[in-house]
Amino acid sequence: MAGITIENVTKTFGKATALRDVTLAIREGEFMVLLGPSGCGKTTLLRTVAGLERVDSGRVRIGDRDVTDLPPRDRNIAMVFQSYAVFPHMTVEQNIGFGLRMKRRPKEEIRRRVADGAELLGLVPYLSRYPAQLSGGQRQRVAVARAVVMDAPVLLMDEPLSNLDALLRLQARADLKRLHNEVKRTTIYVTHDQVEAMSMGDRIAVMRDGIIVQVDAPMAIYDRPATQFVGSFIGSPPMNFLQGTLRDGTFSGDGFSFPVQRLPAGAEGRSLLMGVRAEHLALGGGDIPARVVVSEPLGSHALITAMVGKTPLKVQVPIDTELRPDEQIRLGVQPALVRWMDQATGEALS
Amino acid sequence: MVDRPSPRYVLDRTMVYGFAVLLALWVLVPFYLIGLAAFSPRDAVFEYPKELVPTDLTAETMAFFVNSRGVIPSVINSLAVAAITIAFALLLGAPAGYALARFRFPGRDGFQLAVLATKMFPISILSIPLAVTFLRLGLYDNLIGVALVHTAMALPFVILVTSGVFVAVSHELEEAAQTLGCTRLGAFRRVALPLALPGLAAAAIFTFVISWNEVFAASILTLRNRTLPAQVLSTLADSPLYYKFAGGFFMVVPAIIFIFFMRKYLLNLWGGK
Repeated sequence: MAGITIENVTKTFGKATALRDVTLAIREGEFMVLLGPSGCGKTTLLRTVAGLERVDSGRVRIGDRDVTDLPPRDRNIAMVFQSYAVFPHMTVEQNIGFGLRMKRRPKEEIRRRVADGAELLGLVPYLSRYPAQLSGGQRQRVAVARAVVMDAPVLLMDEPLSNLDALLRLQARADLKRLHNEVKRTTIYVTHDQVEAMSMGDRIAVMRDGIIVQVDAPMAIYDRPATQFVGSFIGSPPMNFLQGTLRDGTFSGDGFSFPVQRLPAGAEGRSLLMGVRAEHLALGGGDIPARVVVSEPLGSHALITAMVGKTPLKVQVPIDTELRPDEQIRLGVQPALVRWMDQATGEALS
Repeated sequence: MVDRPSPRYVLDRTMVYGFAVLLALWVLVPFYLIGLAAFSPRDAVFEYPKELVPTDLTAETMAFFVNSRGVIPSVINSLAVAAITIAFALLLGAPAGYALARFRFPGRDGFQLAVLATKMFPISILSIPLAVTFLRLGLYDNLIGVALVHTAMALPFVILVTSGVFVAVSHELEEAAQTLGCTRLGAFRRVALPLALPGLAAAAIFTFVISWNEVFAASILTLRNRTLPAQVLSTLADSPLYYKFAGGFFMVVPAIIFIFFMRKYLLNLWGGK
């Protein structure tokens, strides 16, 4: 088993910089999710760990070994590709056993490990089929089985669920998490889906423009986003932001002005963003006047869009709340659940 | 639901098959007539009206053609030239096609254009300088020389077709093979090459047909070591009509056999066995 250390890695493609001085330490057995919008560099980072991209500068270590200059086959990794990359000219059995054959394992061992892998991913009935005869979900499982049977200490996954339909994705997500709990490999998992990241990761590294913006446990990132970008990228709906100025213990802006009890250090007199989650805004009796625009019932709860001045806020309310459009309401916030950020940089005040 | 297919569907299928039959007839009818003449007694060629159903089949006419002087050696020459051409064209063309498919390099678009541009030079203009050059190099009247010219003629096609073939084989498949323990070359050999085989076979077939049918360069560049088309051409003026029919049939047959042999590579969709 082995952890992964990425040190000051920079990677450019021509004039475009994909990774800027990225440093990340992944613990042994950890499930690390790389999350970010498309083009943020998350797949490039994964591919530099796999050895499919050469870094411009910086080092990549797996366990105690510096693998920066090693080809993929010498890195002791296994990878699941977004397209699955299942070999079309081989049966499921040959696909799963491919890596073991390349490593020249004895025939008996290959047979045993392919059988184990097929068992683990429910592929036993399909061993003699060709990929063209499988569904998308089955092909995805072949790709995972092919990687898992390698017994490599590091498992890399590049958006393995993005080509599945919504229902199958839920199932596959749970299956992958169960699999990780069973095999306990150090895993890097790339996704742009924040729900996947929240539900699967031990930790999440949020990336943007080739930089890791924040690394932390899912709930820590959800509750205490390091920047406005993280707050608006994670969570559905995204975090609400109110623009205003903090002066003499009062936060005021377009259409609101209310006293703040817990002042962040050095906040006085600055232009700030107040970040607050939809479920942390309470209806009735608060300090923020708002006008209801629309109410969307979502089954377990309802989501209200309300305007504070010209800023729309999302508010989560109980499903039986009755509100009409244009109704005036007042919203309250709990000081402990609010995140203050600098308006210019978007960075959170500690 | 409805058990019978809709009238619209039936009409569509009828049109498709009708058109396919028409196309097939377009090729098959002249074929059939040539074949008929080739396997009828020599005098039957001059009969009118023609019997469309063969009454007295005989191999006599074909035997006459095959046993004519120079035919068998020229067939062997043609096969040798075609084999060498296929080997040269694939060995040079497939790597170029692979590079075009996989790598973004400076001058890539220019290279692609240049490959096509070689098609703009008519062989008739090149033939005299070529003959002179080949004389100097000692390649004149040499099968390798003819194969080189045929390779040059087939290369643009082979490069463009194979690059299309390799584009269709996802690069991720090769990368997956690399993460599973293959070298760059091993990944190509075990994954990309088997998947590209149908396309490479198509390129080989086409190269064969180009070489087998090519008459101009072969006629100019050889004297005694004639390929079959060159041999037939050189004797055409002095030959009886039935010799021409038999020769025509004989020249068509290997191409057909070759295509039948390669056909499964063309039609074989992976996993659809």
